[in-house]
Amino acid sequence: MQLATVRVALRRALSGIYMTTPLLRLTNVTKSFGAVRALKGVSFELLAGEVHALVGENGAGKSTLIKIITGAHQPDTGAIEIDGTTVPRLSPASARTFGIAAIYQQPALFPDLSVSENIALGLERPSAARRARWKDRRRRAESLLERIGADIDPEAEVRRLSMPEQQLVEIARALGAGARMLLMDEPTASLTGREVDLLFASMNGLRAQGVGIIYISHRLQEVFQIADRVTALRDGETVGIRNVKNRGGEESTTTMQGVAPAAVNLPSGLLSPTLSSKGGEGADALTDSELIRLMVGRDVSTMFPPPEKAPGDLVFSVRDLGCRASGIRAVSFEVRAGEILGVAGLVGAGRTELARILFGITPADSGTIALGGRRLDLRSPGDAVEAGIAYVPEDRRRHGVILEMSVAVNVTLGILPWLCPRGWLRFGAERSLAQDYIRDLGIKAPSPDMRAGNLSGGNQQKLALARWLAAKPKVLILDEPTQGVDIGAKAEIHKLIRRLAAQGLTMLMISSELPEILGMSDRIAVMRGGTITTVLDRETADAHNIMAAALGQGRENDE
Amino acid sequence: MAGEQVSSFVFRHSRRHLTRHFREWSVALALGLLLLMLAVLAAGFFQRNQLLSICSTAVPVLLVACGIALVIISRQIDISVGSQFAVCSVLLGLLVQAHWPMPLAGLAAIIAGAFCGAFNGALIAGLGLPSIVVTLATMVTWREGLRWWRQGEFVRDLPESFQWFGLGQAGGQTAVLATTVALFLLLVFGMKHISAGRFVYAVGSDTEAARLAGIRPPLVTFGVFVVTGTLTGLAALLNAVRFADVDPRTGTGLELQAIAAAVVGGVAISGGRGNLWGVLAGVLLLACIAPALVFLKLPPQWEKALQGCIILLAVAADGWRSVRRKH
Repeated sequence: MQLATVRVALRRALSGIYMTTPLLRLTNVTKSFGAVRALKGVSFELLAGEVHALVGENGAGKSTLIKIITGAHQPDTGAIEIDGTTVPRLSPASARTFGIAAIYQQPALFPDLSVSENIALGLERPSAARRARWKDRRRRAESLLERIGADIDPEAEVRRLSMPEQQLVEIARALGAGARMLLMDEPTASLTGREVDLLFASMNGLRAQGVGIIYISHRLQEVFQIADRVTALRDGETVGIRNVKNRGGEESTTTMQGVAPAAVNLPSGLLSPTLSSKGGEGADALTDSELIRLMVGRDVSTMFPPPEKAPGDLVFSVRDLGCRASGIRAVSFEVRAGEILGVAGLVGAGRTELARILFGITPADSGTIALGGRRLDLRSPGDAVEAGIAYVPEDRRRHGVILEMSVAVNVTLGILPWLCPRGWLRFGAERSLAQDYIRDLGIKAPSPDMRAGNLSGGNQQKLALARWLAAKPKVLILDEPTQGVDIGAKAEIHKLIRRLAAQGLTMLMISSELPEILGMSDRIAVMRGGTITTVLDRETADAHNIMAAALGQGRENDE
Repeated sequence: MAGEQVSSFVFRHSRRHLTRHFREWSVALALGLLLLMLAVLAAGFFQRNQLLSICSTAVPVLLVACGIALVIISRQIDISVGSQFAVCSVLLGLLVQAHWPMPLAGLAAIIAGAFCGAFNGALIAGLGLPSIVVTLATMVTWREGLRWWRQGEFVRDLPESFQWFGLGQAGGQTAVLATTVALFLLLVFGMKHISAGRFVYAVGSDTEAARLAGIRPPLVTFGVFVVTGTLTGLAALLNAVRFADVDPRTGTGLELQAIAAAVVGGVAISGGRGNLWGVLAGVLLLACIAPALVFLKLPPQWEKALQGCIILLAVAADGWRSVRRKH
């Protein structure tokens, strides 16, 4: 135990002194998609044996950066260096040979095969005629799993493993393929606290072995717990690189048995100089509020159309709503006519789940929903539509519009009975209705007969809106209304939402984009752990207090 | 100038129609070419009796294929129609033998078909079971149940009023064809102009999106199976009256004929796409192969092989088009 500690500490110290060339360095990388500049100049570096967190709001450019590092996208300008050598072009295959591997939130494993088979499939050259060497596979799986300190039976079927165990299998496979740089994108999004500890213990072990880890998470407390450094992105630019002091991960990992004890009890005297030599402007301890400021920091209200008039009468009220199956509990709120209630919160806070209850997809098992004073019993989307509730879902490409069908059919799908006064459809009426919405919402479709799948993302989103506006709802629930939509279309959708509010439509707007929430909402409900914890007024809300509420006032754990 | 605009509009419009209904038109074209070849090489094919006989053979396949098309459009499959067909046929024969009046016996056969369809539909839509498994089970159950019950025995000694509804061959054929044409047009109209028809497409294209649009997919699926069963019952009735007695093995392989015709006619096996006019073209094309071989003095054993080639050609054309579109 003691010996191992000293050895690894020594190795880390040495790596700090001699191996000053980073594993990976990106300098001033830019990337545009059409007119959209996703990255405007990002610099990033990853050293051996560090966990480097990458933070930023949705749309800040994190996923584009990941795709550039894994070779899925090529940067427009800027340089990529690996081990101090400039790499002219990074493809997915060459990224792999350089030792870059990505671990995603949902493990990409074969659920019906065993752990050792899964590891083997990632490593062996695929060849139909080759004999499977089961003993070798097993031995290799065992040694790789041991290396990351995972107590997993190599013969276990992968579907029987928990989510973090599956992630560990993926990490093992990546290491087996010679990975020195691990990219972890929201790995903890679906994990419980105990599972997070398990994952972090492994990460600490890897750090001690000199593996560089890029860690992406919305959970800031985890960043403080595990990361050595943080790079914050905002609007496609690097806005700050900070050291994280007093990394909190050390206490939590001690609960794990036989897992990388070395990194845990690292003498602080060795750790600190190593860290400060790694660069970064802030010598002071990074606080969560500073990190939030880095991520958000901009004046946003001017970009959005201002509210036109004060909200009217109370229309929609929800009391003590709960649903065991989707983890929603004790949700209460009220919305007035023409009011936009923004629903903020982190991924997994229960926002979409709440919307699905309000639209009858997963019926509530407690509490009341009332619209215009009338109590509703919503058992299916059909009930909700009948009551006058409309829902534009988050996953537009899958559920918002039917891609195979024409624009006109998509507009009228929810209101067909209205178009059939004598029992059959009147195509003339359907077309002219569709045409009205195409003009009204500015949908760029040459004809109502065009296939919806041929529209751009923003226009598909407007089409999904058109379907629900055609149904003349009283309450409209928008789930991430501008997700994946380019900036121009975004502004148009915002204007449209504002206009609908002015016409008296009551709206709930779920959004992960703080500027959108701040700019569009009359009031903001912040969700955390399946319930609304705070409701803020437009005047008092700012990015800071929303983030603080969403995170549960800073650093204490969610458990 | 105005004339030019009109003609360019017509051109654009018909071009869009052509690209959208490419498959339907190419099957119709293939059918046209086959008929043209026959007109040149064997004009004897175009005798009234010959055509009527081909058509009345195609009637049951067409009705069942329309039902199957609905099922496939809603992204399900039904392979039990052949057995349903046999059950309805035998039931009809027995009821007529038991001196039920012909209209009542016919209605009973249709209702029996609807019941068989409802049984499939309840298991598939109600319990969410996979349609291929459910209909495989009912296919075997109905067929073997019938064999065990009838011991392969024909239903014979049927009254005069049974064959061709007692109208004689010419009158009977006309009645059968007229009923079929009327029903087909009704189905075409329904699929295009009634909300329920559009729900079938919506559910087949994207069940979850349809549900979020307020449609109840299980209800649509159930309805589709009931309609298919009803059409199968009717097909059994219109088929049985062509003969003097009822063979309990009737309808063997009918499900495959119907699925083949639907697929050739452009119904996408992945659901959400297809058109009953295409199904009609597919049924007629496949039905003309056997008599055409006879008239062209080619060995009739080639019928099945040729039909197989046509199916392959049709799906290959789809694959080729979609591969090309991606590039």
